[in-house]
Amino acid sequence: MSDSNTLDYKAFRERIGDLRGKEYWRSLEELSRSDAFDDFFHDEFPRQAMALGNGVDRRNFMKLMGASVAFAGLAACRQPSESIVPYVRQPESLIPGRPNFFASAMPLSGYAQGVVVESHEFHPTKIEGNPDHPSSLGASNAFMQASVLDLYDPDRSQIVRKYGDTSTWSEFIAALQPVLTAAKTNGPGFRLLTQTITSPSLGALIQQLLALYPGMQWHQWEPVNRDNAREGSKMAFGAYSNVVYDFTKANVVVSLGSDFVGEGPGHLRYARDFMSRRKVRKGTTTSMNRLYVIESMPTQTGGVADHRWGVKPSQIEDCARALMSGVAPAILPAIAAIAKDLKANAGSSIVLVGDDQPAVVHAIAHALNSQLGNIGKTVIVTDSCEVAPTNQLASIQALVHDMNAGAVKSLVILGGNPVFDAPADLNFHNALAKVPFRANLSSHYDETAMLCQWHVPEVHYLETWGDARAHDGTVSVIQPLIAPLYNGRAAVEVIGALIGGMDQTPYDSVRSYWKTKVGGDFESQWRKWLHDGLIGGSALPAKAVTASTAIPPATGQPANPATALEIEFRADPTLYDGRYANNAWLQELPKPVTKMTWDNVMLLAPKTAKRLGVRVHDSWVNERQTLMANVKYNGINIMLPVWEVPGQPEDVATVFFGAGKEHQGKVANGTGFNTYKFRYSTALHGGPGATIADAGQPAYIIACTQEHQSIDPAVIGERGIIRAATFADWQKNPEFAKEKEEKKEDGDISMYPPYKYDLPAYKWAMSIDTTVCTGCNGCVIACVSENNIAVVGKEEVHRERELQWLRIDRYYRGNPDNPEVYYQPVPCMQCEMAPCEPVCPVGATSHSPDGLNDMTYNRCVGTRYCSNNCPYKVRRFNFFHYADYDTPSLKPMRNPDVTVRTRGVMEKCTYCVQRINEFKIAAERENRRVKDGEFTTACAQACPTEAIVFGDLNDPNSAVSKLKTEPTDYTLLAELNTRPRTTYLATVRNPNPEIKA
Amino acid sequence: MAQIFHRSANTLSRVTIFGAIFIAGFVFWVIGGIVRSPYFTNQGIEREQPIPFSHQHHVSGLGIDCRYCHTSVETSNFAGIPPTQTCMNCHAQIWTNASMLEPVRASFSTNTPIVWSRVHRLPDFVHFNHSIHVNKGIGCATCHGRIDKMPLTYQASPLTMEWCIHCHRAPEKNVRPRSEVFNMAYVAKNQDVLGPQLVKEYKIQKLTNCSTCHY
Repeated sequence: MSDSNTLDYKAFRERIGDLRGKEYWRSLEELSRSDAFDDFFHDEFPRQAMALGNGVDRRNFMKLMGASVAFAGLAACRQPSESIVPYVRQPESLIPGRPNFFASAMPLSGYAQGVVVESHEFHPTKIEGNPDHPSSLGASNAFMQASVLDLYDPDRSQIVRKYGDTSTWSEFIAALQPVLTAAKTNGPGFRLLTQTITSPSLGALIQQLLALYPGMQWHQWEPVNRDNAREGSKMAFGAYSNVVYDFTKANVVVSLGSDFVGEGPGHLRYARDFMSRRKVRKGTTTSMNRLYVIESMPTQTGGVADHRWGVKPSQIEDCARALMSGVAPAILPAIAAIAKDLKANAGSSIVLVGDDQPAVVHAIAHALNSQLGNIGKTVIVTDSCEVAPTNQLASIQALVHDMNAGAVKSLVILGGNPVFDAPADLNFHNALAKVPFRANLSSHYDETAMLCQWHVPEVHYLETWGDARAHDGTVSVIQPLIAPLYNGRAAVEVIGALIGGMDQTPYDSVRSYWKTKVGGDFESQWRKWLHDGLIGGSALPAKAVTASTAIPPATGQPANPATALEIEFRADPTLYDGRYANNAWLQELPKPVTKMTWDNVMLLAPKTAKRLGVRVHDSWVNERQTLMANVKYNGINIMLPVWEVPGQPEDVATVFFGAGKEHQGKVANGTGFNTYKFRYSTALHGGPGATIADAGQPAYIIACTQEHQSIDPAVIGERGIIRAATFADWQKNPEFAKEKEEKKEDGDISMYPPYKYDLPAYKWAMSIDTTVCTGCNGCVIACVSENNIAVVGKEEVHRERELQWLRIDRYYRGNPDNPEVYYQPVPCMQCEMAPCEPVCPVGATSHSPDGLNDMTYNRCVGTRYCSNNCPYKVRRFNFFHYADYDTPSLKPMRNPDVTVRTRGVMEKCTYCVQRINEFKIAAERENRRVKDGEFTTACAQACPTEAIVFGDLNDPNSAVSKLKTEPTDYTLLAELNTRPRTTYLATVRNPNPEIKA
Repeated sequence: MAQIFHRSANTLSRVTIFGAIFIAGFVFWVIGGIVRSPYFTNQGIEREQPIPFSHQHHVSGLGIDCRYCHTSVETSNFAGIPPTQTCMNCHAQIWTNASMLEPVRASFSTNTPIVWSRVHRLPDFVHFNHSIHVNKGIGCATCHGRIDKMPLTYQASPLTMEWCIHCHRAPEKNVRPRSEVFNMAYVAKNQDVLGPQLVKEYKIQKLTNCSTCHY
């Protein structure tokens, strides 16, 4: 093998040419096919080689074995006796053993996502999207799904603390009194710091508070900062405005650094609407929308784009200006064609901008939309959803300035962790220490809480009443599912205490606010709101506006040479600003683009890594370990692991913030690297001036699932794992996906015995549309939540032992500088001729009349033959006792309908057989068949774009039956004749023929 | 050279070799017997309860229907254990001073639940659904025995998988008309004819695949 350090793309391409059809690939290592990678890949179970962790020697091994045998003997004794505890007075709505569902809303950075919460005997176990809610439409994202684990997080703060010692709420109230008395005369010395607030009732209370203490100031800070979007809307429309997009009417979408399918308050809705125009169906689809993405780091939106260009963050402004002027810049000649396409679709196009981009770029986009006549059609402008939209950076700067000047006598921080996440140059930590009275409300005893004299534990949203607005302004009432587990308090209770004499519960607070806002019969309206999960018709009305086209001129080219390195700061895709850092599901969730778990790596383009001398050594297979680089920015040195990403623009280092906590909980502490340390207020979203060098450290172990449980790279192209065509080609030849299938001379011959699937049995099947999959991971974590899947930890993921039943394979195609991206969720295929079944020596995996490959955990003895024989690599083995049986707070979280698996057991996707059985039984009781769409699997239910469709093939009118007749339907590894029930719809993209790739 | 082993050693070795097979067989037979025994299955063992509740008295003596207390048996996987409120529906009026019922009154007045000891226990990897069995014509007494004759409740059936499968393979042997499901004393007169007829009428499937119960 040649030296892959030379990173010779010519050699890559030759290699691609050498291998027949090898046009798709998953990672740079795979493309380069280094010896180390080949060894790594063909070692099918590298995890076996390291069955025992480090540090277990023979003596300890014998001890453990001895103990296991002894305990096995004990365990085989009689059944344990259990008690059964009925209610004293059983609630009327409860049927024991059956879940109830309640509508509520999850606020994130102030904005609500409608949820429907499954509750077993009044403990919430699963979050789903609310189909009636405009931001969700029934879909859910990883944060929503994982929020149920946050509720039961044993590391949550549980008591009121004074200087770190146990205290009580009433002592806190008492301690407040002198502070409040002083504030009556010195209002400006009394400050409130919150996160973004859209809650009308909380907002009203805060206004009441501000009126009570004249001169009191309210500051807001949110590290996932949207000031640029706010200021941009002000530049364009004269006031802070909220902009909502209607993708169902947009033929052409241009995204300037906006990851609208993956981030932001409305992203689930946007993904659904956008993809509704990309479902290519024979006979009905006559057109398809088109997406151009100009961005820096490759995002999910870039992955599904028809055209995607990676440019430096600072160059996006040039592109925006060029789009406005129509004069294509040298860096992106294709702008001319984009501008032409936009003009041709005036009134049915959208130009939108990422929150990281300067305000002026937002203003340009608004001006463009206005010029194109999109405003009022595809772009709806409303008043801001926030109670008090403000420039949050200026707000926290003012607060820090006043704290340093000694003007702040008392500060109450509601939520958030500014000591950890405020811009590092403000030195919030030191400034806070100068405030005589400091109190905070937070879910964990974190960095900020430790620095405050008083700390009050914050309730989880599933524990309290409240309200919040969605991305379009629709108000949701947040209703609790459970009484506060740890005596937490809501923000309204703290505000009530500050107002003084207000002993209002959050329930009273929300109700009393809305009682004054509506006429008529309040009670019946209130009940309807709670039932629906939202206040119908409360979306903010569209304003008839035009955007100002007076765009401030460019400040000139950034004074840095073309090759100067730029840093780009982004919120961690799974940890957000760090608030989810103690959520093990989210830590272990492979991040959408990098497939990295438990770490925040720095993204670099391969060429840049080579230039900077921070390429991974050839002998270190990138998938298992990487190089540590010293990153110096703003004079601060941080060591970060390097990760080379295809599609990353050259000379851009993308750095994620949110990880590297020291004081949050067992999961968060010490995981990842704290990059807030060099995030300055002068460059909140990044900028030039960083230096990166090899830190000279030994290889850093990473847990990246990119090549885990994957299909041999040699067959990806050859066997058509991914099949794609352009929309024009699809129109000419809708059967394109079938061309790869080998013509079988011997018909459907199989080694495995046939099975009859006659009525009355069902024929469960799944169809996954790869065109509309955005790789968002909502399905993966929905599966984790529904099926009680255990977390294994970084070391075990490194050993390929992660247990997530559903994986999303991400494939690249073409030029490694800017490849096309394809996503493919891979659950169990539920083969009709399943290779896993005949090899099980104990019959632990067997076939059901419905066509499921049943997995019987209690029979499994752990030979792993089934996994070995599975061509799709969808079986997961419990090597150790991963499930936490001991933590009491985690017990009520689990789905009682699914076994919690122990060690030595194989597990896998079963199409959510617990749901199948539940609905089959319900239908049988009523002497009917299960109706199509009556239920679906957890993954399909979560999917924002409805890419996953599940149903009964014995019903010719079911949605899945119809999809299976699509000409783009294809089977993974069809030539094996395993006849999977899960099939895929080939990817169809709609590139502009005028733009040459 | 003198023989080291006596000729009888041949016999001894044969006996040992063949005997080993029988001994192993015997050991498995004994183990099989033990795991099916009430010692393991808890069959027929009366549990000590906080209140010596008698099904015999309430069912055959007073004629209370099963569903008066086990309310969710027709709609849920779990038949339901009655809340204290259900006991108090009657015992607020009768036997109001009985010392035996003191825990019930205490539970009701202090709002603390009564902790019963569980009689029928399935492992966590088995998912049994009452509602479908009741709706398909499997009587309470088929599995729970003559509850109406139990002064203290015990588990009448072994609840082994062998026992479950026995009926799942041949439901016609146990199915009864839906109207008789809650009749403790029901005895089929012509099960050989009625059974297959009901299996057809109720569309009873012989579900023996693993995911019927295990998931």
